[in-house]
Amino acid sequence: MYTSEFAYKKANSVAEALSLLQQHPDAKLLAGGHSLIPTMKLRLAAPSALIDISKVAELRGVRKENDTLVIGAMTTYHELETSNLLKAHCPLLPQAVYLIGDPMVRAKGTIGGSLAHADPAADLPASMLALGAKIKAQGPNGTRVIEADDFFTGMFSTALQEGEILTEIHIPILEGAKMAYAKFPHPASRYAVVGVAVVVDGGNVRAAVTGAGEHAMRLGKLEQALSGQPLTTANIAAACQGLLSPGNLNHDLAASREYRAHLVDVMAKRALMQAAGL
Amino acid sequence: MADKVHIKVVVNGVERHSEVEPRLLLVHYLRETLGLTGTHVGCDTSQCGACTVHVDGQAVKSCTMFAVQADGSSVTTIEGLGSPGSLHPVQEGFWEMHGLQCGFCTPGMIMATVDLLNKNPNPSEAEIRHALEGNYCRCTGYHNIVRAVQYAADKMAGKVGVAADD
Ligand SMILES: Cc1cc2nc3c(=O)[nH]c(=O)nc-3n(C[C@H](O)[C@H](O)[C@H](O)COP(=O)(O)OP(=O)(O)OC[C@H]3O[C@@H](n4cnc5c(N)ncnc54)[C@H](O)[C@@H]3O)c2cc1C
Ligand code: FES
Ligand code: FES
Repeated sequence: MYTSEFAYKKANSVAEALSLLQQHPDAKLLAGGHSLIPTMKLRLAAPSALIDISKVAELRGVRKENDTLVIGAMTTYHELETSNLLKAHCPLLPQAVYLIGDPMVRAKGTIGGSLAHADPAADLPASMLALGAKIKAQGPNGTRVIEADDFFTGMFSTALQEGEILTEIHIPILEGAKMAYAKFPHPASRYAVVGVAVVVDGGNVRAAVTGAGEHAMRLGKLEQALSGQPLTTANIAAACQGLLSPGNLNHDLAASREYRAHLVDVMAKRALMQAAGL
Repeated sequence: MADKVHIKVVVNGVERHSEVEPRLLLVHYLRETLGLTGTHVGCDTSQCGACTVHVDGQAVKSCTMFAVQADGSSVTTIEGLGSPGSLHPVQEGFWEMHGLQCGFCTPGMIMATVDLLNKNPNPSEAEIRHALEGNYCRCTGYHNIVRAVQYAADKMAGKVGVAADD
């Protein structure tokens, strides 16, 4: 399958990518291409130009700055999966990434591309919410930081504005926190029918779900029920009941609203049991 | 037509220079421009893995990448792995364990397996199945493919023993 014609521009820096975006208002940024290229092949998207930012050095890699992990937007899933810094300070991410697609998808796909694309069934948005990540964007008017809680605004839509580039993800290091991601994969696509990420930091519980609604969201009811409680099997089982009402949830051939609501409870329980080592 | 772009790619050890349309997919570049038809197109929708090749040592789906994205890279296809007289251990594994029937998925399976064994020389059966999640076979039922991978892992570790029990 051939896409529509486009001009190809390779950016070597964020500054160059920003100016290319100004020159080609109809252009799209190209990261790993694993959402964009399939969409272009189906001609659901036909940008006049692609600005390839995948090789921009300042957008790649994981580093530690004091009590924060800074992840460049063009860091691939494979790099996240094998990052010793993440394994040591944020094991949730390598664990969640291992469940994305397949090795070839993970060789190309990037964290920034996934978050900017905001597929309602994408895995990483749930972890971003549970970790309390901050998302940094650079645009023609400068740099700003968006809380993960404010970032996902709808199906395939985010707080990013025209001409802005997602540059970094900042994750607070919660030393000793217990964390896990549990996913019910779609039987064909492997995307999340439902995926739940949990982070338990002392008595503070943060949990978020992807796949259930238009975009990833916090599981407030679960957080309230478990905060300050010891993570026992009985407490977890009692808390993971009726977390979301089916009414507003997604429904498709893979799962009805009611089944999705049930899966949210089950995945939340699995994630918590795994985090607690039970 | 959009302006052509000059690319330099090392394919199976040979440096190639080409002028390509930006929308030319890597798989079409390999098959049609270079005549390397060992890389197959199965689904053309990023699902099946028949088009798997290595770019800078990593397995990728060449139907989900433009040739221009491979500029400056090194690409290995099934043709670059072994020769009929001297099979790569993974090719030998698929031969010995009957890891194929029609053979359509096999080049992609082999490229994905080589990538797995580069990263994890001694995978468990569960790890093998997880690593081949993006490679579909419509014939074998996967059982012998797993054995082929185990054979190759043993062979590459210098153990001549065979993993299969029949
Ligand atoms: C077979 C297959 C299976 C998959 N399975 C899963 C799965 O199980 N779970 C999952 O979560 N995902 C899955 N995916 C999707 C995959 O994770 C994509 O890689 C990801 O959604 C997009 O990241 P990318 O780097 O490929 O971005 P691209 O496809 O290059 O870009 C996606 C969109 O984001 C924009 N964009 C990219 N980078 C930036 C940036 N820095 N700033 C602003 N905008 C930007 C682009 O312009 C484009 O509109 C799968 C994909 C395939 C093909
Ligand atoms: S042809 Fe590329 S994944 Fe099927
Ligand atoms: S051997 Fe026929 S598709 Fe795998």
